Amino acid sequence: MSILINQDSRVMTQGITGKTGQFHTRMCREYANGSQCFVAGVNPRKPGEDFEGIPVFATVKEAKEATGANVSVIYVPPPYAAAAIDEAVDAELDLVICITEGIPVRDMIRTRYKMLGKKTRLIGPNCPGIITPDEIKIGIMPGYIHKKGRIGVVSRSGTLTYEAVAQLMEQGLGQSTCVGIGGDPVNGLKHIDVMQLFNEDDETDAVLMVGEIGGTDEEDCARWVKAHMRKPVVGFIAGVTAPSGKRMGHAGAIISGGKGTAQEKLAVMEECGIKVTRNPAEMGKLLKSTLG
Amino acid sequence: MKIHEYQAKEILRQYGVVTPRGIACFSVDDAVKAAQSLGGDTWVVKAQIYAGGRGKGGGVKVARSLAEVRQLAGDMLGMRLVTHQTGPDGQTVRRLFIEEGVNIAREYYVGMVVDRGSQRVCLMASAEGGVDIEQVAVQTPEKIHKVYIDPIVGLIDSEARAVAGKIGMPDVSWNEAAALLRNLYQTFDDKDASLLEINPLALTADHHVLALDAKMNFDDNALFRHPEIVALRDLDEEEPAEIEAAQHDLSYIPLDGNIGCLVNGAGLAMATMDIIKLYGGNPANFLDVGGGATAEKVTAAFKLMLKNPKLAAILVNIFGGIMKCDVIAEGVVQAAREVQLTVPLVVRLEGTNVQIGRRILADSGLVVISADNMADAAQKAVNAAAAHGQIAS
Repeated sequence: MSILINQDSRVMTQGITGKTGQFHTRMCREYANGSQCFVAGVNPRKPGEDFEGIPVFATVKEAKEATGANVSVIYVPPPYAAAAIDEAVDAELDLVICITEGIPVRDMIRTRYKMLGKKTRLIGPNCPGIITPDEIKIGIMPGYIHKKGRIGVVSRSGTLTYEAVAQLMEQGLGQSTCVGIGGDPVNGLKHIDVMQLFNEDDETDAVLMVGEIGGTDEEDCARWVKAHMRKPVVGFIAGVTAPSGKRMGHAGAIISGGKGTAQEKLAVMEECGIKVTRNPAEMGKLLKSTLG
Repeated sequence: MKIHEYQAKEILRQYGVVTPRGIACFSVDDAVKAAQSLGGDTWVVKAQIYAGGRGKGGGVKVARSLAEVRQLAGDMLGMRLVTHQTGPDGQTVRRLFIEEGVNIAREYYVGMVVDRGSQRVCLMASAEGGVDIEQVAVQTPEKIHKVYIDPIVGLIDSEARAVAGKIGMPDVSWNEAAALLRNLYQTFDDKDASLLEINPLALTADHHVLALDAKMNFDDNALFRHPEIVALRDLDEEEPAEIEAAQHDLSYIPLDGNIGCLVNGAGLAMATMDIIKLYGGNPANFLDVGGGATAEKVTAAFKLMLKNPKLAAILVNIFGGIMKCDVIAEGVVQAAREVQLTVPLVVRLEGTNVQIGRRILADSGLVVISADNMADAAQKAVNAAAAHGQIAS
C-alpha cells in the first residue's frame, strides 16, 4: 500500500514555470512512474501553454477538472505560497505538498485556520516532500538513494532524512514511504499524523522517526506510539548541542523558554518505548536491531 | 529580527498602546537634555541593547535629579552590560532611553508568541510581573493565563477583559487593560511579530494601565513586506560573523568549540555538531550552506570559519541531493587556494555526483582527510583537532 502517495496518484505542480518548479517536475517525472503521475501545471498567467508536454492551467480547479489530479506540489515563491495552498484546499485536492521555504508564519496561521474541517491534507511547508520508492516521488529528494521496502521514515529535516535513508540502505532495508514534514513551526501533518498512517499501512513493518529541537511534536507522537502503535519505532533527535535561544536554520528549530530540548524529547520517547540513539550515524543499525 | 525597546514603543504608540513618554539618546549631554525636555523630577535611564534581563544587569536605573541623569548616563554609555541573555562577554551599550518616572502601584506580565500546538498566536498574562517570568513559567505555570487568539476575529473585548480580571487588575482598569491588550495583538498581527513582551505592564496609583517595557521580535520571513521594520535594524547589536554570513545567504551561528562544520541542511548540520560532541570534540559553529550552494558560497563559508582563532579542524559533511558533490568539491578546492588553510580538513561527501566530487578533491593536490561516512568523519575530525591543538601549543 504505502502511505499518502503511490503510482495511482495524479499530481499537478503549482509554480511549474519557475526555475525550481521546472527542474524538480522534470526530475520527478523521470523517477519510476513519474511520466504517468505528473499530469498538470498551474500558472494563472500562462494557461494553455505547456511544460515539456505537461499542460498548464490558470487555476487548480481547472487543472483538477481537466486531468483528474488529486495531489498538488507547490514551488510558488514565499509571498504567494500560502495563497497557493488555499487554492488547492478550496479545490478539494486530497493532498498538498508545499516545498516552498520562507513563508511568513502569519500567512500559515491563516491558511491552517481555513483548512479546519476541510478534506485536504498538507505536508510542509519548507519540506523535501514525499517518496514511495520505485513508484513515485513528489519533491526534491534524490530518488536514486531510495529503494522499495518495508520501513517508514518520517522526519522534519531534508538532508538528515537522506542520511537516514542511506543508513537504512546500508543495512539492506528499503522504505515503504519517506515523508519530510518540514521544519516550520506552523505546518500540516505532524509526526503523530504520519505515524498513525504508518500504523495502518500493511506494507510498513517499522518506522524511523527523525526529529529536531523545538516544539513538542515528537513528544506528542511518542505518547501516541505508547498507547496505539503496533510496530517498532526508533528515533533520533538533532540538536543536543544546540544552544538555547538560537535559531538553527529551520524556523522551528529553536529552544525557547527551556522547552523543546533534544534531551527532553529523547527522554519522553524512551519512556514511551521508542528506541532512540544519540548518535546520528547509528539510525540504520538501531532500526535493523528491532526487526526479528 | 530584533529591535530596541524605544523603537518597539514607538510602533506600539502608533497602535494606541499607552507608554511613558521617553526620548532615545546617544550621548550624555543628549540624555540630560532629554530629561529636561520631559520635565518632572524623576526619570528612568535605560540601556538599549537587544538582550533582555537589563534591569538585573544594572541597565535600568532611576534618577531623581538631572545630575543623577548625567551620572547614570555616563556610567551606562559604553559599559558592557551582562545579562542572562547576553552571554558572559555582555553587550556594549551605545544607546540610552530616558523616560519619565511613573508612579507604579502594581506590575504584571504580558507576552505574545506563536504557539505551534494550536497554530495560533498565544497571549500570556500573569500577575507575576517585573522580573523572572521564566521562573514563573517553570515553577508555577498555573499563574500564567493563556488565550489562543482566533486569527480571523482577533482578540475580542470579552476575552481581553477576562484576562485583566484573571491577573487581578481592579475592575476600574479593565477597560483600559482590554484596549491595551487588543492594541498589542493588532500590532503583533500587522507587523508580523514573532514575539511581543510587555514586562512589566504597569498599573499606576490612579488606576491607569501602561506598557513600561516593550520587546518585539519579527518573523524574518515576513520582512520583505516591512521595510519600515528593516530600517530599524541596529547592526551594532548583531554578531559580525552572522551579518557576513547573511550577506552570503549562509546560516551561521558561532559556538564555543574548535571544530568548524560546513554542512548542507539544518537538520544534518545539527546532527553533525551532535556527533562531534558525542565523539569527544566541540563544534566551533553551526553552518548550513543551504540547497543552492555555489563554489563562491563555499569559499565564503571557509573564510568565515577561518576567522575563528580557536579553529583546530574543519569538517565538511555533505549529503548531495539538489546540491551536487562536485560543486562542493570545487568550492572546497577554490577556497583552499584563496585562503590559507591553516587547519586539517576532513571531508565526507555522499549523494549526487559523489564520485566526481571525490575525484576533484583527490586530483587537487590538497591535503584532505577523506571520510567514508558520518561516524568516520566525526572521529577523524576530533582526532585531527586534538593533534592540531598539540602542535599549536
